[in-house]
Amino acid sequence: MTFINYAQREINCKIVYYGPGLGGKTTNLQYIYDRTPAPSKGKLISLATETDRTLFFDFLPLELGEIRGFKTRFHLYTVPGQVFYDASRKLILRGVDGVIFVADSQEARMEANVESIRNLDRNLKEQGYDIATIPYVLQFNKRDLPTAVPVDEMYLRLNIKGEPTFEATATTGLGVFETLKASARQVLTELKKK
Amino acid sequence: MSQDLVLYDEEFQKIRQALQRLLEDASAKLVFLVDKNGQQIAAVGDMSSLDTTSLASLTAGNVAATDGLARLIGEKEFSILFHEGEKDNIHISIVARRVILVVIFDDRASLGLVRLRVRRATAELEAVFDEIARKVESQKVTFITELEGPFSEITDEDIDRLFSE
Repeated sequence: MTFINYAQREINCKIVYYGPGLGGKTTNLQYIYDRTPAPSKGKLISLATETDRTLFFDFLPLELGEIRGFKTRFHLYTVPGQVFYDASRKLILRGVDGVIFVADSQEARMEANVESIRNLDRNLKEQGYDIATIPYVLQFNKRDLPTAVPVDEMYLRLNIKGEPTFEATATTGLGVFETLKASARQVLTELKKK
Repeated sequence: MSQDLVLYDEEFQKIRQALQRLLEDASAKLVFLVDKNGQQIAAVGDMSSLDTTSLASLTAGNVAATDGLARLIGEKEFSILFHEGEKDNIHISIVARRVILVVIFDDRASLGLVRLRVRRATAELEAVFDEIARKVESQKVTFITELEGPFSEITDEDIDRLFSE
């Protein structure tokens, strides 16, 4: 749900990073936080367990400058990827404008990716969205690992509607901004249609 | 899908006035209004030492989690949350089922006073949000036309520029 404040000339949009546990959603946000100059970013908030697993969400507000005289703010959220945090995931999807799915490229995680996409589809429906129409970008993370499944094969298994797809290594930042930019583009393009 | 929240100057000023009155009447430090999705709508009071963006997001997360708890035990919602600290306290309540009113206060005020004043402010704010809803309903066409103004012409270059800076 985009929030357009005409009084203060601001557009606020919400982008959610979704995907299986330990796939690199928080690492994506961490890299964006590290590489964004101070005035454009707010605090990175992580509600995590003692072992750094996301418990509720991570949150990073980004201010990207003006578009047609309106300040654009993106609120980036990650969901907890672990299966048993499903109730929390549903809450975070409320009011979402765009979803970035962070898939883990390791062979052993392919089933988890597929299951997480199914879970996303279900949870979006519950919130009244449709995965077929919502702004959606796919990221193949951990391309640097030797056990990474070939991109073509991953595309066949995980790409659901020809959505923009990016290879990434979130730890080094490869592909991180490209993914975010594609999502922001989709979300802002949606605004045009309204 | 939930409808986009659009706020125009007239309603924004009314909201700010209601919050300002609450701030003074309740002797609070900070009063702010957040959308249930974590977007800050308006804030009044001393914000110099506070990260209000994070505050908004965490408040919404808090309310969302509490809503989840309420439903689990068969309640519609818990309409008031209260967190007591050593010096400062936070009073959170739901307005018009859609927005969250947050009051931060210290020992200059009491919980009783805050609750009382919040109740009055809630009625005022609900009237404003009803008005917004009515306006959106009755002027749907106008709203859409106005919306088309600035955003229908967003170009790829505009979007590229956002990331080049």
